[in-house]
Amino acid sequence: MSAESYQLNPHQWVNAHADYLYAFAIRRINNEELSKDLVQETFLAALEKAAKFEGKSSERTWLTAILKNKIIDVYRKKSSGLSKEVKQAEHEQQDFFEADGHWRAEYRPLEFGIEHIDPLINKEFNTILQMCMEKLPALWMAVFSMKHIDGEETTVICTELKVSASNFWVIIHRAKLNLRACLQKNWG
Amino acid sequence: MGYLKKIQYNCKHATFLIEKKMVGRLSFREIIELRIHLMGCSVCVLFSKQSRVINEMVQQLFKSSMPGEIRLDDSFKKELQERIEAELNKN
Repeated sequence: MSAESYQLNPHQWVNAHADYLYAFAIRRINNEELSKDLVQETFLAALEKAAKFEGKSSERTWLTAILKNKIIDVYRKKSSGLSKEVKQAEHEQQDFFEADGHWRAEYRPLEFGIEHIDPLINKEFNTILQMCMEKLPALWMAVFSMKHIDGEETTVICTELKVSASNFWVIIHRAKLNLRACLQKNWG
Repeated sequence: MGYLKKIQYNCKHATFLIEKKMVGRLSFREIIELRIHLMGCSVCVLFSKQSRVINEMVQQLFKSSMPGEIRLDDSFKKELQERIEAELNKN
C-alpha cells in the first residue's frame, strides 16, 4: 500500500470510529456528556478540514489527532486554577515523607501482590485502578496520560498545558506517589 | 549530615529520580545518586518495581479497546451520522 492511499469516507465515520473515539475521550476526561460532545465536534471539525486531508495517515489516526487537540482544550480549561494545584501538591508531598526525606511509616511501600495482577482479566483490580486515577486532580491526570499513555514530548506537554518544566516533574512524581498509595490502600 | 548520608536518607529525592528516569533522562550525577540510594534502600527498590508495573497496567488499560464496554448508544450514533450527512449535502 502506498503512503498516499488513505481516503476519507464520512458516510461510514460513525459506524467505523464513533465508539473508538468515545472510549478514547472518556478514559482521558471521565465525563460521558462531554465525551459525546467531543466526538461530535471532532467529526464536524473533520468535515471542515477534509479538503486538507493528505492521505498520509489512516482515517482513524487523523480523526484521533483532531480529538486529541479538543481534549487538550478541555484540560486547559479545567486547569485554570493550575498554580494553586501545584502548590497544594508540593505541600501534600510532606505527607508521604518525613522532613529528612524518609518514607513515613504509614506510606511506606509494601508488597501487595501487584506484580501478579492482569488488570484486563481482574475486573475488580481494574475498577480500583480507574477509581484511583479519577481521584487525581484534572491537571495531574492530563500530564500523566499525555506522558505515560500518549508518549508526548515533555516540552510539548509543558507548552500545551502551560506548565513549567519543574512543575511538570513535581506532577509526574506526585501523581505516581498518589496512584501507588491508593492502589496499596485499596488492594493490599 | 554529609553528602553521602543525605543521598542515602532521602527517599523523597530517590523516588523523584525514579519517576524522572522512567520518562526522561537523568544527569550523570543523578544516576550515581540514585544508584547509591537504591543500594541501601529496599523500600525504594520496591517502589521502583511497583511504579513500573503501574505504568504497564495503566497503558494496558488505555490501549485495550475493551469491545462492548465503552459504547455510544445507537440513537446518538444515528443522529450523529444524520448530522454528518446533512453537512455533506450542504456542499
